[in-house]
Amino acid sequence: MKRDFITAAIAIVVFTVLLGVVYPLAMTGASQVIFPGNANGQKIYRDGQLVGSALIGQSFREPVYKDGKEEMSGGNPVTAPDPRYFQTRPSGTTPADNAAATTFANYGPNGVNTEQYLAANLKAYLQMDKPYDPTLTAKQVPVDAIDTSASGIDPDISQANAWIQAHRVAAVRHLPLSTVMRLISKYTGGRGLGFSGEKTVNVLELNLALDRLTGAH
Amino acid sequence: MTFAGWFTIFAFVALLTAGAIPLGNYLAQVYTGEPVFLSRLLGRPERWLYTILRVDPRRGQNWKQYARSLIIFSLAGWLLLYLILRTQTIHPWASYGGTKFHSGTWDVTFNTVSSFLTNTNWQFYGGETTLTYFSQMVGLTVQNFLSAGVGIVVAIALIRGIVGRSGSSLGNFWQDIVRTILYVLLPMSIIIGLVLVSQGSIQNIAHYLTVKGISSLGQTIAMGPVASQEAIKLLGTNGGGFFNVNSAHPFENPTGFTNFLEMLVVLIVPASLVFCYGRMVGARRQGYAIYATMMAMLLGAVIVCYIAEAHGSAAQHAAGLHTGVIKGSTGGNLEGKEQRFGVAGSALFDVVTSVTSCGAVNSAIESFTGLGGAIPFANLSASEVIFGGVGTGMYSILLYVLLAVFIGGLMVGRTPEYLGKKIEAREIKLVSLGLLITPLSALFCTALATATAAGRSSIATVAGTGPQGFSETFYAYLSQANNNGSAFAGYTGYEQPAAGSLGAHGIKFADILGGFDMMFARYAPILFALAVAGVLAGKRYTPAGLGTMRTDNVTFVVLLIGVIILVGALTFFPALLLGPIVQALTGHLYH
Repeated sequence: MKRDFITAAIAIVVFTVLLGVVYPLAMTGASQVIFPGNANGQKIYRDGQLVGSALIGQSFREPVYKDGKEEMSGGNPVTAPDPRYFQTRPSGTTPADNAAATTFANYGPNGVNTEQYLAANLKAYLQMDKPYDPTLTAKQVPVDAIDTSASGIDPDISQANAWIQAHRVAAVRHLPLSTVMRLISKYTGGRGLGFSGEKTVNVLELNLALDRLTGAH
Repeated sequence: MTFAGWFTIFAFVALLTAGAIPLGNYLAQVYTGEPVFLSRLLGRPERWLYTILRVDPRRGQNWKQYARSLIIFSLAGWLLLYLILRTQTIHPWASYGGTKFHSGTWDVTFNTVSSFLTNTNWQFYGGETTLTYFSQMVGLTVQNFLSAGVGIVVAIALIRGIVGRSGSSLGNFWQDIVRTILYVLLPMSIIIGLVLVSQGSIQNIAHYLTVKGISSLGQTIAMGPVASQEAIKLLGTNGGGFFNVNSAHPFENPTGFTNFLEMLVVLIVPASLVFCYGRMVGARRQGYAIYATMMAMLLGAVIVCYIAEAHGSAAQHAAGLHTGVIKGSTGGNLEGKEQRFGVAGSALFDVVTSVTSCGAVNSAIESFTGLGGAIPFANLSASEVIFGGVGTGMYSILLYVLLAVFIGGLMVGRTPEYLGKKIEAREIKLVSLGLLITPLSALFCTALATATAAGRSSIATVAGTGPQGFSETFYAYLSQANNNGSAFAGYTGYEQPAAGSLGAHGIKFADILGGFDMMFARYAPILFALAVAGVLAGKRYTPAGLGTMRTDNVTFVVLLIGVIILVGALTFFPALLLGPIVQALTGHLYH
């Protein structure tokens, strides 16, 4: 019995050093040497300034001003989507696309509040993009544009979602639609191993490419 | 539904089986003491470890000694982890990116420690906002390895009991745990971790990134040693995410490929143990029969779940969303799911992690459709024997096998015997207790939490109304009792008004009840499994005769599935009826 206590005490210390210190630090060292870009989060710089991570979705929205003052709601600025940019998926974090405190939105499958939330998202999406594509109907809107992502920082949207938004982005930036469509296919990723998961359009990379084409302002 | 979706599911089954057979052989070699290819490299450190631990690996332990070592070792781990999590203010890296980390309150910490010790990894906290890098690495990563190791060695001890020929030794606990870490979990974690980094997972000890962003809003991005923990979190079917959203976070699970790989990693050890079992008992067909049982139930669950999720939810349809496949989008219920995984990758991940005791999630289970969400319920109700957690699934299904042999024997009027050992009243009493502890704990805690105002205060305000609120509560205690750790995340045990755990406080009722739920439902079945092993080890071996019921054919597989479903249904049907079944049947919208 006493022997077990001594062994247990030594064992927990030895394993803690091996598995809690040596293992993660050795893995960190190896990763930093072999895959420095990935290990540090695929950072993207523009003009020497860090503008995001290719893997982390961000908000392409701007604060709303009222009488020259930033409008606030619950301690966070009220924002509206910036029409020059492709928009990421709805996010459940506070504020949206918060990569320092991720959380699920937890909308139940049968809740009235879920229905109202989704209906509002659908309405807002149509309001934003229908003026640029009058043939757009609710039936054509893909689910990823309306449903909240899991992480709240999903970096990707579906191709269908991108193709719809392309009309708006092209019009606002005075670009031919075909140019924007070409950019979309350039930043479309295939399925893992050809079958696992879905095709994705990386929103940050696409928006940065657009800025390079027409300037950010 | 798409061809790629179905292909993913069947490719997964094929690759899993192809990988599990050789790994199962390897495990059998490790635990029977045969030299393996890593022996040359690790033989010396292994002997060196025995010296500093002051153990003689050749000294066998009977079931009581084995259990005593296991319990005392777990106790030591519990105390150290509690100490680490309660002293966060003095950790290195305790203040990051302007956020100063505080220690959790005692009740949240009690829940968290119990959770990681028992391989549950239930999380009543958000990783990136609550825990320092020191806590994540030195505290949690260590228990991710050790709790997985403890599960595996119990399974191995039970197998030795079944194989044992007139002796009482089940092996040596200290040798088993050392070999599990050195020869199995650590080398595999290193390889898996590096593959994850090669695909985009992060592995650093850097400050949180402050990003100017393209819009004027800016962004802060949490960093950390993620891949090293992700690897063992999945391999050990632990499930505790580095980040709050677990494997939905792009840094934990960056691509469709990693999603596929992570699912394989979750099931590979539980699946290999089945083949390891066949080899250790010297009758591979016994392993194949158990594997067929598990795989049949897994496939059934995946198929139902994928169809349900691809169909879409009632709320989506009511809101006027089109959930069918269109050009450029595969539709379905994408609420709470990531674009890169899609519906098939999320449904399969959900089933894989709920059948094993891996509570990892890559999507919000709370937002699954009524029927899709009922699948994890059904899996949990089957007591985690469809592969199950590393080791726990194996010893649990062996208890079910003994029960099925006993019932089958009674039905045909023969003396029940399994692999040459007579199954008598004493073993069956122990087996039944071992199998009933988990449901008992889950139902008792759910009843207590639903009946009291303190328990109901944990229910989410967004979604937790009507049957959904009951489902959340039931799932919480069922998941903790099964040491699974996945959650209908709306059910909470803490309130966190600001980032950095400032001002966070626990909801004592849920934290404490959950902590006891996990500990009781973990250690009591372990003791019963070891007791069964002890009794079986001492039994005389009698060769199979003409009257022996075969346990390696289709008839037995059907009988085994029947027994598992019957026990699960009889125990849980009334509770399931009140929550998920009501939701699936009505499709009503609830206020």
